[in-house]
Amino acid sequence: MTTKTKKGRIVIDSKLCKGCYFCMSVCPNELIVISTESNEKGYYPARFTETKDEKDRKCTGCAMCAVICPDIAIEVYRG
Amino acid sequence: MDKKLLMRGSQVIGETAIRAGCRFYAGYPITPQNELPEFMSGAMADLEDGTFIQAESELAAINMVLGASMAGARAMTSSSSPGISLKQEGISFLAASELPAVIVNTMRGGPGLGNIAPSQGDYFQATRGGGHGDYRTIVLAPAHGQELADLTEKAFEYADRYRTPVMILADGMMGQMMEPVVLPDPINLAELPPKPWVLDGADGRPGRLIKSLILNTMEMEEHNWKLARKYEIISREIAAAETYMTEDARFVVIAYGTAARIAKGGIKRAREMGLKVGLLRPVTLYPFPERVIREMSRSVKDFLVFEMNTGQMLDDVKLSLEGRSTVHFYGRPGGVVSTPDEIAKVISSLYYRQHLEED
Amino acid sequence: MEKVVFKRPKYMKKAPFHYCPGCGHSIIHRLMAEVIEELGIGEKTIGVPPAGCAVLAYDYFDIDMGEAPHGRGAALATGVKRILPDRIVFSYQGDGDIAAIGTAETIHAANRGENITVIFVNNSCYGMTGGQMAPTTLLGQNSTTTPGGRDKDRDGAPIDLSEMLAITRGAVYIERTAVNSIKNIRKTKKAITKAFKVQMAGLGFSLIEILSPCPTNWKMSPVDACKWIDEDVMQTFPLKVIKDETG
Ligand SMILES: Cc1ncc(C[n+]2csc(CCOP(=O)(O)OP(=O)(O)O)c2C)c(N)n1
Ligand code: SF4
Ligand code: SF4
Ligand code: SF4
Ligand SMILES: [Mg+2]
Repeated sequence: MTTKTKKGRIVIDSKLCKGCYFCMSVCPNELIVISTESNEKGYYPARFTETKDEKDRKCTGCAMCAVICPDIAIEVYRG
Repeated sequence: MDKKLLMRGSQVIGETAIRAGCRFYAGYPITPQNELPEFMSGAMADLEDGTFIQAESELAAINMVLGASMAGARAMTSSSSPGISLKQEGISFLAASELPAVIVNTMRGGPGLGNIAPSQGDYFQATRGGGHGDYRTIVLAPAHGQELADLTEKAFEYADRYRTPVMILADGMMGQMMEPVVLPDPINLAELPPKPWVLDGADGRPGRLIKSLILNTMEMEEHNWKLARKYEIISREIAAAETYMTEDARFVVIAYGTAARIAKGGIKRAREMGLKVGLLRPVTLYPFPERVIREMSRSVKDFLVFEMNTGQMLDDVKLSLEGRSTVHFYGRPGGVVSTPDEIAKVISSLYYRQHLEED
Repeated sequence: MEKVVFKRPKYMKKAPFHYCPGCGHSIIHRLMAEVIEELGIGEKTIGVPPAGCAVLAYDYFDIDMGEAPHGRGAALATGVKRILPDRIVFSYQGDGDIAAIGTAETIHAANRGENITVIFVNNSCYGMTGGQMAPTTLLGQNSTTTPGGRDKDRDGAPIDLSEMLAITRGAVYIERTAVNSIKNIRKTKKAITKAFKVQMAGLGFSLIEILSPCPTNWKMSPVDACKWIDEDVMQTFPLKVIKDETG
């Protein structure tokens, strides 16, 4: 029997993000950084550093980033 | 069968309110109107679906009424002058949010704490909206027991029909007086028109919103004009006045409420002296029955405004006449109650001074 | 198969919040919307937003909402609840709203044991009007009306409204929580859930005071504002269940 460790993934809506960086401060794996480009509102949104097809993804889908996000800018997927 | 009952004024208002479907009352004690909340406490307790709350202040009371109205109830609060001042923010919110409610002001002498005697010092406050912003309150001015019943019934009807606060402007004299009245039959609440704006939970429909904050100035302007159009309709539809002995009158007294009752006595005495005097009594103070007054100015060149204040409705009379006739004023502020003889004297001296007996 | 494990709750409209970056109000809104969804009460809940930064809460909650004048939320909610006793009614109030101008309405609603839930957002300032002193402003804290920081002799000390309310006989459940960390956010959600359950069971008055960051008026970064809640605000307003008479 193989135990498959579940992988997570987040999607940050850069339009909704206001750049408070709470998500960055709570991500246990430091997977969120600040974008170099600003959004329509002039904020530099948070950016998730992993891509969907990456091999050794570290995101666990713990959702801590989303739980603390004041702007409901983060959706979390797991599986 | 119309059955005449001998009842105290405050009880007439309370009993009629219940019959008109009022199921929520909140108020704070203040003389001279305590008999009304006292009556309502018992009456609501006797109903399965009635709520009476002795609130911690008039502010709390009017805001409870705001909530009850949002939830769809026919709701009422009452107070006397200083307490009505405290309610003004809430009344402004009612008007802005287009919510029905009935507010009874049993006026007392003022300003400040004043005294507890009957007065008409709150005319401006009542008819100019009272609270902040560009709005009006329907103001009904009963003058006797039967009218306390009739106008209380109408107050609830108007409040719902126009979705706006309605004030019954009375005084302590009216509240205390025992008079025979015929009360309206109790309405069937289930037969009232539905209120498609009520907050009762978004069950099977989108969420509803009742609010007065409109940050967009263009939208706020439109809302103000919408209210203004409503007030125009109200003016057309409900402005009312009673006339008494005006057919051949050369001199007409304009007075409302208790002052009108006293004036009537004065006019009877003046008539006995052969003076052609009549009474015009506004029943609605907002809308003000200006058309009736203007029409009367065709035949009447002298009016006497009599108020239990230093001259407030006087402004509305002058605005209605637009300079067409001469307006005299007699006022007794501070809670002083004139006698019919006193008014008869004022009438006759003006009547002769204006040489009205000559032609 | 991949599953969504976190998304916008059902009763929160997809409208961008007008709040400043890092403002606690919208975290609290979302928690409430989650609780309303989880308890299955979205179709019978009526919310009463305040005058304050959260006045536009009605633009976000997809439920019935009726706006209250500044401070009068508890009185207005009382009126709604008495007419519709089987609905769930909450008022949402800032610290200025509830602990200054609306103190009397709040104390008496609690004392009467009104079966409503009050969400009291303590950001130790008047956010909406630009950061003036609130009754909850900490001693020494800067505000636009306390030059040199709040001074006890000049400005009075912060008020412990929740503790005061706990003394009233009608208050059933009162807890102080915060939304400055994952742990505290989770606890806040539990507390809100409990408060609504108290109301659903008809037990009486429930109130959750929530320490909430206002980075703008505190003149801090959002992350620092959360730290400041841990280090300073909680010294004056410790997190705890202040009253629990749910038995
Ligand atoms: C009667 C009245 N007085 C004053 C105001 C102005 N005002 C609006 S919100 C507010 C204070 C807001 O502070 P708080 O309740 O703490 O809410 P916050 O904005 O901090 O969330 C004040 C003073 C008002 N709207 N109404
Ligand atoms: S917590 Fe939300 S709003 Fe703040 S930076 Fe992260 S994604 Fe943006
Ligand atoms: S879900 Fe957890 S691990 Fe993944 S980015 Fe968010 S906080 Fe980091
Ligand atoms: S001023 Fe403070 S409370 Fe108001 S929205 Fe901004 S951060 Fe939030
Ligand atoms: Mg505040």
